[in-house]
Amino acid sequence: MKKYVVAMVDEIAPGQRKIVEIEGRSIGVFNVHGAFYAIRNRCPHAGAPLCEGVVSGFVTSKSPGEYIYSRQGEILRCPWHQWEFDVKTGQSYFDPAKTRVRTYQAEVEAGCSLVCDDGTGMAKGPFVAETYQVALEKEYVVVVIE
Amino acid sequence: MEKDLAVKTRTGVIDCDVHHAVPSMAALYPYLSERWRDYVKEHNIKSLEPNYYPRGNPLSARPGSEPSPGALPGSDLGLLQRQVLEPWSVQYAILHCLYGVQMIHNEDLAAQLAQAVNDWQVAEWLEKDSRLRASIVVPSQNPLRAAEEIHRVGKHPGFVQVLLLVRSEKPYGKRYYWPIYEAAEQYGLTVGIHAGGVTGYPIMPVGWPSHYIEDYVSHAQAFQSQLISLVSEGVFVKFPRLRVVMMESGFTWVPSLMWRFDKNWKGLRREIPWVDRLPSEVMRDHIRFTLQPLDEPPKPEILLKVIEQMGSDEMLLFSSDYPHWHYDEREEALPAGLPVDLERKILFENARAVYRF
Ligand code: FES
Repeated sequence: MKKYVVAMVDEIAPGQRKIVEIEGRSIGVFNVHGAFYAIRNRCPHAGAPLCEGVVSGFVTSKSPGEYIYSRQGEILRCPWHQWEFDVKTGQSYFDPAKTRVRTYQAEVEAGCSLVCDDGTGMAKGPFVAETYQVALEKEYVVVVIE
Repeated sequence: MEKDLAVKTRTGVIDCDVHHAVPSMAALYPYLSERWRDYVKEHNIKSLEPNYYPRGNPLSARPGSEPSPGALPGSDLGLLQRQVLEPWSVQYAILHCLYGVQMIHNEDLAAQLAQAVNDWQVAEWLEKDSRLRASIVVPSQNPLRAAEEIHRVGKHPGFVQVLLLVRSEKPYGKRYYWPIYEAAEQYGLTVGIHAGGVTGYPIMPVGWPSHYIEDYVSHAQAFQSQLISLVSEGVFVKFPRLRVVMMESGFTWVPSLMWRFDKNWKGLRREIPWVDRLPSEVMRDHIRFTLQPLDEPPKPEILLKVIEQMGSDEMLLFSSDYPHWHYDEREEALPAGLPVDLERKILFENARAVYRF
């Protein structure tokens, strides 16, 4: 398990995303109502950069003409053929069991805990060295790669 | 061969598309109210024979199906018994009266004529031979009145289906038509969509064709449009027990439509969120097709492939389409080379599962 610091928390506002590169993989990190989710930026259908798609809600219905709109900000739509994926689980709408995208654990960690870490389990993410001067009083988004 | 077929099926064939004909407007007089009887006479309306199968056109009628010179094929019960019911050892035959009721712009007259045709069907056909079943003719010009007609006769055990014609004023999935589906579902009737109908719109979305052959071949497009509309508008979500039988539509186009529909649903289903499963699955559950006229691939095994690609052996219903002429020998109505199980399904099992016999 390796952890990568990918952004400062206030860099990705709610509803926004940041696409980062970790170990040669493109990964989208999404802020959904204050919580962070990381998902592979590659659509299982034809390989589109999935994380560049529209983030929207989930539209369902019990009867024609009736629209139930829920989970706003949690449904990612592929920019190419508009398949819908759950940002939180990577599952597709129409085939949740088989058509899914890899997700990764994303979490918020205090600069203090990152700096105080004595090296166990903490790899230097692409941005740790170049971009982020980890400050004790700030919070960071960390993606965990198994 | 005919005997073979009878043995094969034992319980008898169910012929899901047979045409009987109103011999002349005068045949309906006893079933019209006085006001409308006089109206029809005074306006000199002699026939509403729609000419979908123009006389003299080689597809129109099998040789020998005219009861007498000049009389309309399908207008004589005895001949129909001898040419369809007996040789096929028919258990049930579903009659479809193609009369121009749906083409009349005066909906009051259309509603009256629909009633008259239905009462004529009961008295002259259904009550004379227990093997016969029929579709209710409705004034589809006004779906509320069409529903009233279904309520009027829907309990009669001879009726098993409501007849609509494929060329409509609006796509049949629209809520405008839902009173018809609601009533049909209530009585356990299927909705049969048959080739034909005249609404002022060209059969081709690109404009009017020049020839009968173009009109005839293009019908498949009209069926596809109706099918797409019925599924997309959620008719089968709203009326989950409803089944639609497409008659004279052909069916070899079904697999490619399923593929296209499914593919696009994956990306566009948010528009129609009530369609919460693949359109092809909805089609398999709710849509059926009659066999004749068959789009006949050059080799029997290709037809089997098509059926395999449809993903269901329950969608096809045997039909002779009597008296229309699509094949020479009677036994050719059933394509050669089908496995026995599939033959049984097509000849009667599938129909039993769909119609309220
Ligand atoms: S590549 Fe994503 S839906 Fe086709």
